[in-house]
Amino acid sequence: MGELKLMKGNEAVAEAAIRAGVDAYFGYPITPQSEVMEYLAAEQPHKRTGMVLLQAESEIAAINMVYGAASTGKKAMTSSSSPGISLKMEGISYLAGAELPCVVVNVVRGGPGLGTIQPSQADYFQATKGGGHGDYHMLVLAPASVQEMSDFVKLGFDLAFKYRNPVMILSDGVIGQMMEKVELFDPIPRCTEFNEEWMLTGKTADREKRVVTSLDLDSAKMEKHNLDLVAKYKKMQENEVRYEEFQVEDAEYLFVAYGCSARICQKTVKIAREMGHKVGLLRPITLYPYPSKRLNELADRLKGILSVELNSGQMIEDVKLAVNGKTKVEHYGRMGGMIHSPEQVLCAFEEFLLK
Amino acid sequence: MDVKDIIKPENLVYERTKNLTDKALSYCPGCGHGVVHRLTMEVLEELQITQDTIGVASVGCSVLAYEFMNIDMTQAPHGRATAAATGIKRCWPDKYVFTYQGDGDLAAIGTAETIHSCNRGENFTVIFINNGIYGMTGGQMAPTTLPGMKSSTTPYGREVELMGNPIKMTELVAQLPGTYYVTRQSVHTPANVRKAKKAIRIAFENQKLNKGLSFVEIVSNCNSGWKMTPVDSNIWMEENMFPFYPLGDIKVNGELVTK
Repeated sequence: MGELKLMKGNEAVAEAAIRAGVDAYFGYPITPQSEVMEYLAAEQPHKRTGMVLLQAESEIAAINMVYGAASTGKKAMTSSSSPGISLKMEGISYLAGAELPCVVVNVVRGGPGLGTIQPSQADYFQATKGGGHGDYHMLVLAPASVQEMSDFVKLGFDLAFKYRNPVMILSDGVIGQMMEKVELFDPIPRCTEFNEEWMLTGKTADREKRVVTSLDLDSAKMEKHNLDLVAKYKKMQENEVRYEEFQVEDAEYLFVAYGCSARICQKTVKIAREMGHKVGLLRPITLYPYPSKRLNELADRLKGILSVELNSGQMIEDVKLAVNGKTKVEHYGRMGGMIHSPEQVLCAFEEFLLK
Repeated sequence: MDVKDIIKPENLVYERTKNLTDKALSYCPGCGHGVVHRLTMEVLEELQITQDTIGVASVGCSVLAYEFMNIDMTQAPHGRATAAATGIKRCWPDKYVFTYQGDGDLAAIGTAETIHSCNRGENFTVIFINNGIYGMTGGQMAPTTLPGMKSSTTPYGREVELMGNPIKMTELVAQLPGTYYVTRQSVHTPANVRKAKKAIRIAFENQKLNKGLSFVEIVSNCNSGWKMTPVDSNIWMEENMFPFYPLGDIKVNGELVTK
């Protein structure tokens, strides 16, 4: 068993970054995720592993530092919260276009605009549908525990390098701020080999130059590049869908929820079952690619689905697409930093699905 | 004697650096970009650091610099070249890293990145082409457009009262403690080309010293954007640009040059 610690979600991300052999973290302070950089600064990762830590002048600079480091094959990451993630979106689009790996953590807070510093899941569209300009997707992981905040940093980099694509860890203010027991994985050394043909290491006489760019002024070539990206996303859909089921076996009704909402719904399932309602929970772990196939299978025997999210109804669109009219799909969620209680979810279930 | 008889290795007096590709430049005839590309690539070859150099192209006319420079390069979003270069250099302190940026990229949209990279003393080289105009998008007003100067968005000339003043980015970054070498050059005459090459060479050699950022501005013409012939644009540059953007070293070995 690995080392056990009581940590905040944000701290777990930082510790996991050092242990995952990350080469560089570039950040900018924003609530509710500032502990990530603070923890790293206190730990002095350059002494532990040689990892670079730099506080940038803005979120824009930070993501472009990630872009530069990633161009050379280094494991680079950044973290922020909603308004800061909006600023990073240009850079993320370039990273996706240039097919560079990186991990971006979004500890989501309420919006729009400056919004609030309290937890929210209102960045679902931005995270899963692209967010920046152009046709692209990040691979999106949604942790629902401090344990997953740690584990998904390592998994995130594995997937980012497997697909040469930005990976977003879409967390929220609850998961980032709460403290839980976490089993830390054993440290893995930083990579010292940069042999892949896309990594910029300096042109030697025995090979062609390497170029990292998202630009091609030849539209036919640009279309080909877009088709290659589409093929890559299809592979993600085939191989990387992750989800967790809770009391789904005999369920007549289903909650679909991720992150902190999934934790809340778990409690609602217990209460509802005590009342005699056969309710289950499907927790998507990957929000892109989405567990659409599984939802479609389950929809054949379900009387209704409640999509529970801390927003006005974003993920519900993916649930409806997956279910394709087979069963009733409703949404429930608080907004603007308010968090629904298990009892409120139960009320919504009774009102929208039982009546 | 036939011309073929003189094409022999022993008669070779000049050869294009291997650090340039065979691709025809996309720049307008008369533009200074091609010369600065050549100088930068010659310096890398002469210092024998090509295998250890990573370049960062920006957005503007030189967005395709990596098509002409036969070295490993990445292409940064508009204005973000020095941030990308920071990411590279911090991860690879032993590599030579440079950005190649125009005035719109470096002195307008990328102002924050430029100033903070300079102020942190990032140990890389910035090549800054200042032609006082947005060339690639068709000749709009740049942060460096001179008062009274015409562009497609200042068709009656830049009115300072309405459109603000041109910015002298090079003098500005020279004031920051993180810059080690700051100079302004041009490439419109053979003598200036030689001086500019020397400056670029120093700017790369400085990376070995690890003492801060080296910043080389090249005041260049944009004959297409300025709507002039190449020769006229060089004369106009001498008469109008140089009085506002005077050539010469501004900071050497971390010390401001007093004139």
